[in-house]
Amino acid sequence: MTAMISVTGLTKDFVLHTQGGTVIPVFADLHLEVAAGECVCLHGPSGSGKSTLLRSLYANYKPGAGHIRVAHRGEWVDLTQAEPWQVVEVRRHSVGYVSQFLRVIPRVPALEVVAEPAKLVGIAAEEAEARAKALLTRLNIPERLWTIAPATFSGGEQQRVNIARGFVRDYPILLLDEPTASLDAANRQVVIDLILEAKARGVAIVGIFHDAEVREAVANRLFEVTAFQKSAA
Amino acid sequence: MSAAMAMDLAGERRPLLKVDRLTKHYGEQVGCEDVSFVLYPGEVIGIVGESGSGKSTLLNVLSAQMHPTTGTVDYDLRAQGPRDIFTLSEPERRKLMRTDWGIVHQNPRDGLRMNVSAGGNVGERLMAIGARHYGELRREGLDWMTKVELDTSRIDDKPKTFSGGMQQRLQIARNLVTRPRLVFMDEPTGGLDVSVQARLLDLLRGLVRELGIAAIIVTHDLAVVRLLADRLMVMRRGRVVEAGLTDQVLDDPHHPYTQLLVSSVLQV
Amino acid sequence: MSALEEVRWDAAYNFAYLDEQTKRMIRRALLKAIAVPGYQVPFGGREMPLAYGWGTGGIQVTASVIGPDDTLKVIDQGADDTTNAVSIRRFFSRVAGVDTTEATEEADIIQTRHRIPEAPLREGQVLVYQVPQPEPLRQLEPRETETRKMHGYAEYGLMHVRLYEDIARYGHIATTYSYPVMVNGRYLMSPSPIPKFDNPKMQDNPAIQLFGAGREKRIYAIPPYASVKSLDFDDHPFEVQTWDEACALCGAQNSYLDEVVLDDRGGKMFVCSDTHFCADRRAEGHRGELGGDPAALAFARTAEEEGADR
Repeated sequence: MTAMISVTGLTKDFVLHTQGGTVIPVFADLHLEVAAGECVCLHGPSGSGKSTLLRSLYANYKPGAGHIRVAHRGEWVDLTQAEPWQVVEVRRHSVGYVSQFLRVIPRVPALEVVAEPAKLVGIAAEEAEARAKALLTRLNIPERLWTIAPATFSGGEQQRVNIARGFVRDYPILLLDEPTASLDAANRQVVIDLILEAKARGVAIVGIFHDAEVREAVANRLFEVTAFQKSAA
Repeated sequence: MSAAMAMDLAGERRPLLKVDRLTKHYGEQVGCEDVSFVLYPGEVIGIVGESGSGKSTLLNVLSAQMHPTTGTVDYDLRAQGPRDIFTLSEPERRKLMRTDWGIVHQNPRDGLRMNVSAGGNVGERLMAIGARHYGELRREGLDWMTKVELDTSRIDDKPKTFSGGMQQRLQIARNLVTRPRLVFMDEPTGGLDVSVQARLLDLLRGLVRELGIAAIIVTHDLAVVRLLADRLMVMRRGRVVEAGLTDQVLDDPHHPYTQLLVSSVLQV
Repeated sequence: MSALEEVRWDAAYNFAYLDEQTKRMIRRALLKAIAVPGYQVPFGGREMPLAYGWGTGGIQVTASVIGPDDTLKVIDQGADDTTNAVSIRRFFSRVAGVDTTEATEEADIIQTRHRIPEAPLREGQVLVYQVPQPEPLRQLEPRETETRKMHGYAEYGLMHVRLYEDIARYGHIATTYSYPVMVNGRYLMSPSPIPKFDNPKMQDNPAIQLFGAGREKRIYAIPPYASVKSLDFDDHPFEVQTWDEACALCGAQNSYLDEVVLDDRGGKMFVCSDTHFCADRRAEGHRGELGGDPAALAFARTAEEEGADR
């Protein structure tokens, strides 16, 4: 099996300078490897560092030590060492991230929000919009909402727009932060199907799934972040 | 063509602007100190910090409106490749500033001719580089007014009859008409109503991406950089205290001052 | 000058009013101006015995180039007999003792306000323009430091902005006087408030053209046979004014015409603004539709004098 993500010796503390320099250790010397077509579920209680790890894999958080290597266009890129422009390239082409909440941009309609990542890698506008429409349809976003900026959408609608945005482009690596948190059963099933299809295409997936049903449907294995907590070490 | 594609086609990345140990002192006072960074084509970099942090000084030196005390700013000129902009002759520098560069001032009055019609304002840079066909100037004027979402029926009105947000959009059109590769912006949303700010930001975001323009944006508004900037530099007392990808710096700030800055923003 | 020769001018004054040092200084400025066509040369303008706006710049230039044997013609908006023209002519008769004339052909020096004579000039003649505002960019750019740089680096896009504004507002380039020109392909120049009708006469003119701005203390020049091109757009080329009428007095169809109101019932006529040109033609037997009417002839003269006082 081809490894897509390789994390070694990863350590992350938060230092809160505004609160007297309090140090909050999250994890230390963490190792994780994810292969193509595999779905790893980050597991552990709230505050155990699942989101911190997921965000670190997207280079959104900057770890204190260790390496995060991701496969990018046939090469390994170490996100802890990469130049900002390299991180931008990796995000554009290789690593997709579906956050828990949609960051709404004023005036940009839902269809454009979804189609944008595809356009950014050079997919023709019509093709990108066709894909976006297919995904929005599949995720049961009514067509009348497509041309509206999602600022006024419900939480569930926003999340589905966010999911569509994550799947519009075939990222080799996909990071999912509670993608089904506020979805009803029908839509949850659509997301499960999307994840299974991605796996079948060989996408390496790391996710946080609180919903046991989703977890069981998609995860190959659980990864206990608490095992690497500093206090435990 | 998007910036990303420009990079891919080039194969290797050649910096558009290379800033090396730039320092500006006003007598004993420090304007900015030892600032170095590299800007690539199509990249948008934000400079944040509070008043007096040196961000405006830095912008003025970077855009050749002020001489540094020490340090260099190399710009990749279209015709001759990288040159320290402070070794250019004055006419060369003035030409650069009205063709391959744009400067969007905080106050549109500093960047517009208030007694010249909107169309004349947009056309000036084109006429400066030799455009001599009225009909074409007119077409460009209408086209750019559409791009910045101004009512084209106002093309012959003077900017003093425009609202602040309209003036700012006109200033942007006036700068972008020569397709500059680098635009400097000083608090582009300062002094505008919040609702007008959002529209302007969105417009800028679209234009910068569509045209693959690199930009250096000075602002104290973190929402502005969150939306527009790929990268961020946080300045304090003339120095860059933290730099990196915008979301990294804002979501996981390391420097005490950055943490203070980020935590001071009211969440909406 | 021999001691025997009679001093023909008022002995209370140095020849031509200005002292010799001042004339030398102005001549140096004039030489520089001719060497760099269209470039505005600063000079130490002197106080003259008339108010700014009445031709102080032009008078200083004339005083610096005139010699005792020269013949002087002075026109104001084409007319030889208006107040300003008469006063200046009288001034030089008194302080320089020179001969004066109304005939363009006979004059060595022609000082003018706002016109170029209709009759072609010849080599050896000097045309001296009175200039109120020498800086063609001033309306658009108030800073002298900036306009100097614009001239220095030939950054003249702004001038086209003014013409653009004209077309945008009026559908055509509505500037009819002080119409900007490029001299010798290098310097943007204001031709002083002559009608644009006269602009083409500056091109390849055999005479020396000197411009003096008294208040602004600037001198500039066009040497003989220089290129003087009026600015325009490809799709809005430069054009001079034309009239449907011919001159009511001499019947000329190719001269610059002034409109003269004859009564309070809408009666009017168009007559040559160049009075000498018109009189010459009438002397040759040319007649316009009112050319035989002595009242019209008298009326034209009075109206022009009143017009000059505006």
